[in-house]
Amino acid sequence: MNKHLLSVRDLSREEVVRILDTAESFREVGTRVIKKVPALRGRTVVNLFYENSTRTRISFELAAKRLSADVINFSASGSSVAKGESLKDTALTLEAMGADAIVIRHSSSGAPYALSSWVGASVLNAGDGTHEHPTQALLDLFTMREHFASFEGLRVGIVGDVRHSRVARSLAFALGTVGGQATLVGPPTLIPPEASGWGVEVSHDLDEVLPKLDVCYMLRVQRERQRQQFFPSVREYARLFGLSRARVGRLPEHAILMHPGPMNRGVEIESEVADLPRAVITDQVTNGIAVRMSLLYLILGGDASRAAEAEAKEAAGA
Amino acid sequence: MRSAEPVGRFLLGRAIGRAARREEAIVSGFVERARLMDEGEIRRALTRIAHEVLERNKGAADLVLVGIANRGDRLAERLAAEIERIEGAGVPVGVLDITFYRDDIGLRAEAPEVHETRIPFDVTRRNVVLVDDVLFTGRTIRAALDALVDFGRPRSIQLAVLIDRGHRELPIRPDFVGKNVPTRHDEDVRVLLVEVDGEDAVQVGEPEGGAA
Repeated sequence: MNKHLLSVRDLSREEVVRILDTAESFREVGTRVIKKVPALRGRTVVNLFYENSTRTRISFELAAKRLSADVINFSASGSSVAKGESLKDTALTLEAMGADAIVIRHSSSGAPYALSSWVGASVLNAGDGTHEHPTQALLDLFTMREHFASFEGLRVGIVGDVRHSRVARSLAFALGTVGGQATLVGPPTLIPPEASGWGVEVSHDLDEVLPKLDVCYMLRVQRERQRQQFFPSVREYARLFGLSRARVGRLPEHAILMHPGPMNRGVEIESEVADLPRAVITDQVTNGIAVRMSLLYLILGGDASRAAEAEAKEAAGA
Repeated sequence: MRSAEPVGRFLLGRAIGRAARREEAIVSGFVERARLMDEGEIRRALTRIAHEVLERNKGAADLVLVGIANRGDRLAERLAAEIERIEGAGVPVGVLDITFYRDDIGLRAEAPEVHETRIPFDVTRRNVVLVDDVLFTGRTIRAALDALVDFGRPRSIQLAVLIDRGHRELPIRPDFVGKNVPTRHDEDVRVLLVEVDGEDAVQVGEPEGGAA
């Protein structure tokens, strides 16, 4: 396993499968009375969040705690960052306090890469700008695997604000790694021009795509990142690209509905649609903890340098 | 409605994947020097252990078996079958993976591989018999005890092993033993089972490339 998790593009197919298989066991831990194992006792995980996030931070926090690691939550507001400290100095400070892993969310694409070059700790990307959100993509694959025999040829429609979505990028890349087929659907203004190079199909007509899907993955319209007008009105967007009850009827019987959250009910997804049995949105949340446990375990559970050290000691003692 | 079929096929696929990984583990680096038990001896040892377990616990009531992955779970299944044959009563069987409770996580180059844990019953107030193939340093059993008490508060925990090869590093002793085998510390003892390895046997040998 790599030392850092910065992009899903760094993962091979075998590594993805290993992460998901290991997450399977952690899913079981989540069903126990005592939902905690001592695997990472004595390790310290820092959640370094420069952007507001509830679910991802809580999910990482629970994941680390269920592995018995110590967790420190550091958010930019109300901290040294508000006093003008740079990312680098903050990171070096946390490292000096003995952090073994830093989970970072940042509004600037590439911030986790910079961080990984400054610190000795492992860095996990929990979302950087409009670049990537690898743990979300992995938990989405895990959730799909609960419903489908294989990723080979699995048809996933990623619908909505692809342009501003790091979730869409990570998921499209991850699907490419495991053999699935992603179709990006949205108005031309919200599909990034470089998408043609991602090995995905692109469509601007949701109704035409729906009957061909195994998974319909709705994205949140990220109005906070939209610096200009990308569509005439929310109502028009909802009419053309929102998942309505009628549109669900166009999906094959076996198709499932996913959403990374938080949802804008009534915009990209009709409220009653989000509560259908085939919407697996809360499963995604539950699985997120297991997948993040798996990643923390695989990244922090092995250490080549400590292994060499232990071997040397053993040899000296023998 | 979603169809159930893809899920079923997928579960089967995973089961095959796990079995394949086990196969790999056994073929790597081992040179057999002698055979300690054959199929008949293993069967008779398990029959005797089944009788001893029933005698000690005065029957099969409140008795549960928990096998430690990767071969203890298969031995637990066989013990349960023997107990059912003798006593006419079935006993629940669970499988426990102790990876998350190991004391060497982070001391190895790669995180140890994780297997399935499935304990589909409450262990509280039950007499639990932990089942493993080889008892060596006792560290696996230490981890298993820690893991087990996270599932509840058993009335008692007993330990059954097919082979006790000595060299304990912790104060742990088995309650039921198939065979005591004095070994050198640098030797390797392997239990092969039909379900996993295609044959029943206990071998002693050298780790390949290790001390001869």
